[in-house]
Amino acid sequence: MEAALGLLRRMPPKQSETALSALLSLLPQHSSDLLSQVDLPLQVLRDTESGKDFILCEYNRDADSYRSPWSNKYLPPLEDALYPSSELRKLEVEANEIFAIYRDQYYEGGISSVYMWEDDNEGFVACFLIKKDGSKSGHGRRGCLEEGAWDAIHVIQVVGPEEEEMAQYCLTSTIMLSLTTDDESSGKFGLSGSIRRQMKMELAVAEGHLCNMGRMIEELEGKLRNSLDQVYFGKTREMVCTLRPPAEIVQMRLPDS
Amino acid sequence: MADEEDELPETELSYDQKKEIAKWFLLNAPAGEINYVAKDLKAVLSDEEVYKEAAMEAFPVYNKSHMICLEMPSRAGDVIVSSYSEITENEYLDPRTAQVAIVDHVKQICTKVRPANDEELPSLYIEEYRSALDAEIQRYVSESYPKGMSAVNCVKGKDTEGPGSEFELVVIITAMRLSPQNFCNGSWRSVWNIDFQDESQVLDIKGKLHVGAHYFEEGNVELDARKEFQDSTIFQSADDCAIAIANIIKHHETEYLTALEVAYSKLPDNTFKDLRRKLPVTRTLFPWQNTLQFSLTREVEKELGLGK
Repeated sequence: MEAALGLLRRMPPKQSETALSALLSLLPQHSSDLLSQVDLPLQVLRDTESGKDFILCEYNRDADSYRSPWSNKYLPPLEDALYPSSELRKLEVEANEIFAIYRDQYYEGGISSVYMWEDDNEGFVACFLIKKDGSKSGHGRRGCLEEGAWDAIHVIQVVGPEEEEMAQYCLTSTIMLSLTTDDESSGKFGLSGSIRRQMKMELAVAEGHLCNMGRMIEELEGKLRNSLDQVYFGKTREMVCTLRPPAEIVQMRLPDS
Repeated sequence: MADEEDELPETELSYDQKKEIAKWFLLNAPAGEINYVAKDLKAVLSDEEVYKEAAMEAFPVYNKSHMICLEMPSRAGDVIVSSYSEITENEYLDPRTAQVAIVDHVKQICTKVRPANDEELPSLYIEEYRSALDAEIQRYVSESYPKGMSAVNCVKGKDTEGPGSEFELVVIITAMRLSPQNFCNGSWRSVWNIDFQDESQVLDIKGKLHVGAHYFEEGNVELDARKEFQDSTIFQSADDCAIAIANIIKHHETEYLTALEVAYSKLPDNTFKDLRRKLPVTRTLFPWQNTLQFSLTREVEKELGLGK
């Protein structure tokens, strides 16, 4: 298993789907482990009833059907399927509405979905997903990108009995992205990758779970975005300069070196 | 969440299917990482036979496309393994020392060398051009690339005795920086095809650059940058051609590096924004406790048909 994950870390991020399906066929006995530990770019389905798209993931799947957060129905229709309780569903509806606004503010487009379900632990689990196509033909506002994809998966486990004032939140966020620019001077420039981080907090429930979860997601998403940009992409930039230092540095060399 | 249904065990993969998958992993290894991939692959396959055959087929292709440099015995220097210097699958010509290196692809070493024979070497006329260019390129590479290697091979018309026919030289520049303990590896590959056109007395120059970097400390990020170039210059004496070509290559490569730097500097505030902004237009964090105001504004905007 460790070797399988090692392989996935080395394959080009854009080929992660091919790599995963290759591993699944080589190691069928580990398929559930692999599927739960590896994230793939998100898929989307249209909910014809509400006319809106929704994101597919393990958290809204039952057998081969997926539950739309807009209509709360499974597509394709499924009998005896699992649904969140009506109270949790209310929270889920509100979460979807508010998260859509959050998404609009930061992503200026894209698709979002939120799914919630009861947990055994006196709490519940919520999954917030965002998928954005930032290419010029998609929702890229500035037309910089020939190709651009951002997939965010935030899973929060909330533990907090009703009567208590505080609740524990454990957030695991995964970001997968790829971008390609294509222009006269720099040719085809492509960066792609993924990272995953966790964040745990204990917060007062006074302002509501949504507020707490939302703030955590916003904070961690921001951190991951900056990290990807500065640290991760920064390292690749450093590497290029190490391979071939820019001209100014070369000229500064002492004549007899 | 739904119960996971037990999937029926898939039918066992055939030998050939497993081999193809193994080859795919090896071929897609980033620069300098094929041995790490090989180690993990062996563990996943747990089938020595399949791995061995896959390795025998994949390593040569990988080595040639990454243009790996292998040290020749008796400190004769390095030979670059590429499709331009290939004599047979295991033999590669080093034109600079007129030797042929015999290599073991899977072990990625040069096992021995032998002198090249006359049929493998270019004619004296061609060698004049080739070696002049080789010297100029070597000088450029040692100035500009801390760990670069270069080679010039004749790929067409190597037996041309004198003026009156076309021939083609290929300049290869390769540099690799491997830092596995820092979870970072990178490579730079340039291939420049110089077509010496006798009729028009023009040198047609085509270049292809490919830069890659992989950083994988608690994450996985890859840079894949490519560019093609076209240029030309006049057909002159061997020495003058060499200088002209080297200058053209130096000019384009330096410009490209600058363009890459510009692309990187635009990332945080421009390019990345098309994916996700750093902050909303309001320049404040999202008001989670007060979203009613937002949704009302949105509704009103929609009703009045106001675009964003």
